[in-house]
Amino acid sequence: MSNTEHYDVAIIGAGMSGLAAGIRLAHFGKNVCIFERHNAVGGLNSFYSFNGRKYDVGLHAMTNYVPPGVKGTPLGKLLRQLRIKREELDLCSQKHSRIAFPGIDLTFSNEYALLESQVAEKFPSQIDGFQRLIKKIKTFDDVALEIEEVSAREMIAGYLSDPLLVEMLLCPLMFYGSAREQDMDFSQFVIMAKSIYLEGFARPYEGVRHVIRILLEKYRQAGGKRKMKCGVHKIQKEGNRVGRLQLDTGDEVTADHIISSIGSIETEKLYQEDTTIQKDPQMAPGVLSFVETITVFDHSPETFAWGDETIVFFNDSDKFTYACPTAEVDPRSGVICFPNNFEYGSRELAEGFLRVTCLANYDQWANLPENVYQETKRKWFDQVVKSAARFLPQPQLDLEKITVATDMFTPRTIHKFTGHLNGAVYGAPNKIKNGKTSLENLYLCGTDQGFLGIVGSMLSGISMANFHILQAGK
Amino acid sequence: MTKDECKKLVLDIIADIAPDEDLSDVKPDVKLRDQLELDSMDFLDIVMELRKQHSIEVPEADYQELASLDSCAEYLTPKFNALV
Repeated sequence: MSNTEHYDVAIIGAGMSGLAAGIRLAHFGKNVCIFERHNAVGGLNSFYSFNGRKYDVGLHAMTNYVPPGVKGTPLGKLLRQLRIKREELDLCSQKHSRIAFPGIDLTFSNEYALLESQVAEKFPSQIDGFQRLIKKIKTFDDVALEIEEVSAREMIAGYLSDPLLVEMLLCPLMFYGSAREQDMDFSQFVIMAKSIYLEGFARPYEGVRHVIRILLEKYRQAGGKRKMKCGVHKIQKEGNRVGRLQLDTGDEVTADHIISSIGSIETEKLYQEDTTIQKDPQMAPGVLSFVETITVFDHSPETFAWGDETIVFFNDSDKFTYACPTAEVDPRSGVICFPNNFEYGSRELAEGFLRVTCLANYDQWANLPENVYQETKRKWFDQVVKSAARFLPQPQLDLEKITVATDMFTPRTIHKFTGHLNGAVYGAPNKIKNGKTSLENLYLCGTDQGFLGIVGSMLSGISMANFHILQAGK
Repeated sequence: MTKDECKKLVLDIIADIAPDEDLSDVKPDVKLRDQLELDSMDFLDIVMELRKQHSIEVPEADYQELASLDSCAEYLTPKFNALV
């Protein structure tokens, strides 16, 4: 008994949200420990090296980019709350991005006016409604912790009458954050619309590893502890509270408060029977997962006549289907990202990168024997890249000759590194905004709390640490 | 501690939590919220930093006393002087 370590706060998962919560709590003197099952931090947004080359997972771009001096936005709040200097993040703005549907494109950048002028030009009958919708988005309190759910499609229908414009606007927002098939909760739509259309994309020159390095350093300086390769295996209840945490190592620890970033159902599974969880209709797991192909070229894609676009969201018909496909992959729509095409100033990435993301079905990938899995990956790699190429100019080089490496992740990879059921990138369809669970001293943060994107995930950790622990004076 | 020293100390805390704010011309009799971009998260941090750096406790019911630099000084100076 006396050997059991005790913490003020135990945090489950060292992703962006868990680290952010940890920094806040450690900064204000709490004895905090983060328990992470993997060897690597970052969770969904991480990085790895393979054959001597560095790769990012998750992050194409950070959303919520605003230029220095713009205040009162999520990025500014994040920097203040974590005591990060803006320059430290080394954010480099996107060049420009595009939503590509058959025969029609909408280009947008970090200047909102460009999107507005594109809508005015291509959907002249919709521009008034579009401007009213943007006004509604600007004034909507999207981060309220107690809020009624409303269908985004129903709300938008009150502003826009052209279904094609609705599909085009929803496409990037769903790809970058929706845990729900076909529709979004309106507050989630607002969070995403602000973060992408009104604010924008940026990337640190060194990618996601740069952000994670800063978070780790802040956490360490504040005195936070972390245990790697040491997940929480089980939560032992004591009445309505968490009693002990059983770790993967077999050790036990106790804590006054527990913040879990691993997902709402994934957290409940630590202390409830599966049958109890399945009876709760609010506790349905997410089904939206992705594959991503990464192609590395020996020089920048701009030189192939592929231009300087940062991200292209494509869909090959007028109707955009955002749902779990029946086949392994749905190549009809996807996201193309060129990490080279950010404003790095005089710096330049040493190699050219093409990343293409498409919706995928977890079950189809989950149980393939290893050799079939590898073969299936190869098959879809080619189809995904081919599908994306339809929305890019004809390359003026033989791409095969200049390809120096490829890699691909699947729903299986996502499941392995995040522990999310079904490899569901954005977690469960029902978000729990106030972070409460059925146990008094156990709170959620991260994906299933429901602030989206990288900035959102960190703000989620911050808000939950503030709301449940610091502000409550606990 | 004098009230002026107390105001200086509150400004130091604000500079720490909101380094992007220009604090060169903060009017002591005007609400901080009306002249700076500070939200409830920032006020929470002012309270938390007072506790962390100076062991001063501000109960939630008294948060309104921190509205302006003048009211901060009125409210906090006696607390500082009672410390030792």
